[in-house]
Amino acid sequence: MLLDGGMTAAQPRTDLRVALFATCFNDTMWPETPKAVVRLLERLGVRVEFPMDQTCCGQMMTNTGYAGDAVPLVRHFVDVFEKYDAVVAPSGSCVGSVRDQHPMIAHLAGDPGLASEVEEVRPKVYELSEFLVDVLGVTDVGAWFPHRVTYHPTCHSLRMLRVGDRPLQLLRAVEGIDLVELPGAEECCGFGGTFAVKNADVSVAMGTDKAEHVAETGAEVLVAGDNSCLAHIGGILGRQRSGIRTMHLAEILASTKENPA
Amino acid sequence: MSIGPVQETSPTFVGMPAFPEAAREALANTQQRQNLHNATHTIRAKRAAVVAEVDDWEALRVAGADAKDEALHHLGDYLEQVEESLTANGAIVHWARDAAEANRIVIDIARAKEVDEVVKVKSMATQEIELNEALEEAGISAWETDLAELIVQLFGDRPSHILVPAIHRNRTEIRDVFLREMARFGRPAPDDLTDDPARLAEAARLHLREKFLRAKVAVSGANFAIADTGTLVVVESEGNGRMCLTLPETLISVVGIEKVLPTWDDLGPMLQLLPRSSTGERMNPYTTMWSGVHDGDGPQEVHVILLDNGRSHVLADSVGRQALRCIRCSACLNVCPVYERTGGHAYGSVYPGPIGAVLNPQLRGTSSEVDASLPYASSLCGACFDACPVRINIPELLVELRGTVAEQGGHRAESAAMKAAAWVLSDPRRLAVAQKGATTAGKLIGKRTITKVPGLGAWTDARNLPTPPKETFRQWWAREHEEGGQR
Amino acid sequence: MSPSTSAREEILARVRSATADITSEPRLIARSASGSLPSQLAERAISRAVGAEEGTLELFAENVADYRAAVVRVPAAEVGGAVVDALRSAGVQSVVTPTGLDQSWAEAVGAAFDVVTEAAATSAQQLDQVDAVVTGSAIGIATTGTIVLDHQPDQGRRELTLVPDTHVCVIRDDQVVHDVPEAVTRLRTAAGQQRPLTWVSGPSATSDIELQRVEGVHGPRTLVVIIAGTP
Repeated sequence: MLLDGGMTAAQPRTDLRVALFATCFNDTMWPETPKAVVRLLERLGVRVEFPMDQTCCGQMMTNTGYAGDAVPLVRHFVDVFEKYDAVVAPSGSCVGSVRDQHPMIAHLAGDPGLASEVEEVRPKVYELSEFLVDVLGVTDVGAWFPHRVTYHPTCHSLRMLRVGDRPLQLLRAVEGIDLVELPGAEECCGFGGTFAVKNADVSVAMGTDKAEHVAETGAEVLVAGDNSCLAHIGGILGRQRSGIRTMHLAEILASTKENPA
Repeated sequence: MSIGPVQETSPTFVGMPAFPEAAREALANTQQRQNLHNATHTIRAKRAAVVAEVDDWEALRVAGADAKDEALHHLGDYLEQVEESLTANGAIVHWARDAAEANRIVIDIARAKEVDEVVKVKSMATQEIELNEALEEAGISAWETDLAELIVQLFGDRPSHILVPAIHRNRTEIRDVFLREMARFGRPAPDDLTDDPARLAEAARLHLREKFLRAKVAVSGANFAIADTGTLVVVESEGNGRMCLTLPETLISVVGIEKVLPTWDDLGPMLQLLPRSSTGERMNPYTTMWSGVHDGDGPQEVHVILLDNGRSHVLADSVGRQALRCIRCSACLNVCPVYERTGGHAYGSVYPGPIGAVLNPQLRGTSSEVDASLPYASSLCGACFDACPVRINIPELLVELRGTVAEQGGHRAESAAMKAAAWVLSDPRRLAVAQKGATTAGKLIGKRTITKVPGLGAWTDARNLPTPPKETFRQWWAREHEEGGQR
Repeated sequence: MSPSTSAREEILARVRSATADITSEPRLIARSASGSLPSQLAERAISRAVGAEEGTLELFAENVADYRAAVVRVPAAEVGGAVVDALRSAGVQSVVTPTGLDQSWAEAVGAAFDVVTEAAATSAQQLDQVDAVVTGSAIGIATTGTIVLDHQPDQGRRELTLVPDTHVCVIRDDQVVHDVPEAVTRLRTAAGQQRPLTWVSGPSATSDIELQRVEGVHGPRTLVVIIAGTP
């Protein structure tokens, strides 16, 4: 099972009914990311479904102080996803919201039925790197990406989900990649959803420091597991005309010689 | 049922601007930003190193949180017990509902002792109640004896950090203020004073020693008040605490009611958690424990003032009460990326940083501009929760407090936007319709970069906006899987 | 009703109504010495210390030195000489000795320095003129390099170990425990019998100026710890 220091999937998990939770931001703004997840999982022998009824985890409302408005979204989320064995999302932040906030919102709604449904669905929801490493047991996904890359572990992946070095294990196994360490990697980039707008000055100050660290590495590509953080850092890198691209982890893992990203 | 009232905002902080405005000003102060960056990164590394030495830090955190929760959940019982044991040990216990009451008790004792000065151990509680200002008004000088507090006092400044209050000042500034101001209050600084920290500390030692040897009354806080033994504990580094707690005849300690620990054994975890989290040391240089009056040793008149000042109000919130576990170690400040860039003053309180962002709006309510803005002064990155030795889930509290702020109204546009977004997002058909707007924009914009959008200045002033795609994922999937049949 | 009494009643009423949702019993009634987590931690620390005594002593010496105190290890019979050596190298002339200091150490010190007895040192001002103090101690903690004074007669009143600028402190090796909870447990005395405690970890220090550590602000700037072998 071990190959070049990485694990390759021994058996395609056709026994699992897997749903893709694209997340509303990715669906609307960054469709290439969920497309990459589909390509990647299909390449690994996983049949992934996209329930067309899905919408949003409700994190934006909750974190802005409108948790009450998130109740129907949580209800909708469990209705859409409860029939699946596993739900994969290319966003540490949205998975963090499902795991950490949905129980609180169900409690707030005073609905024990919803709370128990949340408890049932919650453990089946995986961030992409967790699904690959923990469920599929794979770290070498057969990707090819011959570029210098640095990885930013986003806060919710790091401190809410505790994905640890799973994304790095996956990246290290990518053929041709030149993976360089990001200084101060564990520090927040300053996005923080509503924070980026309500405290724009501090947010930009944090993002500027992050962008400086990224530039120091000499990387061509900054990779992370959350497009919202990447949009913030990328927005600053773009304004600085740094020439550094931002890419979601899924897009690098989906990249192959035949179909390069 | 009578829930305790919120704390009245102390005069210094009345009318403070909202966090974003104060932060903007702080961000422009490059010297301060550099000082803060160096300081926070230095303490961060020290803390990480000594935390890593402990076998099971997580078990200690749980034990610490447990001990504090036990005290808080049964606070009425433990307050009565601590009063009883302190009294049995010869201390005189007072109760103060608010800052004014606590200050009056201190002033009355000082007047009864006929003193015109007191020496002080660094104490967050006495800062919170602005005791020094109250004493000053009563004609009594309060000498801060912690080096950093002395620096702040000589500057006529405000502390910007719980642990190192003069973190925003560098050595040259400190030498200058010693040379300029010390003579006004006592023994002057030597003329040939340099900015070498050892020389500066020596100057402070000499300046303060005459005050320690002369003082009749000292005022302190306490890190812990042990209910079953009636013991107060002060954790410090410089020995100024020991001086104040030992030499004067009368000692007055102002102790927040949340400082109670149920039993002596609870010191086991606490004395491991606090120094490692605070100064990043295995143990701080000096800890003093005293149990009322000790015959022939130390102050022979010992007063303890148990202070509410909004704490019982915080205690009434079943989620929010965890903030009262705080042991004022300041680990959350040192790991906070927001604090690192803004410093402490922007938080408009003696409690800055992440803990201040949750504690102030709970202690004082959310009616003032600054208190209503504090729950948003965080990117919710979670570094504070990870560092907290008593496991206060600060991000969770911030989100809860945002709910409180949103509920009190006055954010009509935001509230409407959230309602509209929730309405759209609770139904996939509505979402699909809304997405058409984005993809239409995407088609119009093409490959151009978005650098400015009216109304989105907060974003676009320094950041480009991502260009919307021409087709959403949902549209692509439908095209691939439904129009095009099975793949 | 005095204003203070009413403040007491009011605060207690507020606190009780704030915690009305709590249904558990307070530990102060139910708690036994072995049932709580801190005690379990203490027990673990104690069991770990057993059989690791030499390691514990070495760790203690290492950690005390790490906080920039001088550390000397001598057999019990040589303590008096080691104390005198330590005082000499600190360059002191006058020494205050607590009433209950070991007779042989007191004699060794008395032969070499001007001695002020605890009974004769009646004020802090007077102590401010004395260069050094020699004491015993109550407990040493290895993991933190800490010495705890409980101010028994061999250590004297608190001000003795505070005002003079040099502190020579003798600890027997059987007084050193491994970790903090064990020390806490050992230091617990019966209600109403509490002694004042001073925990000392290295000389007085500050990091208030640009976080640069400076040894010595108000407490003794020189701390010498003499670890005495068991006789």
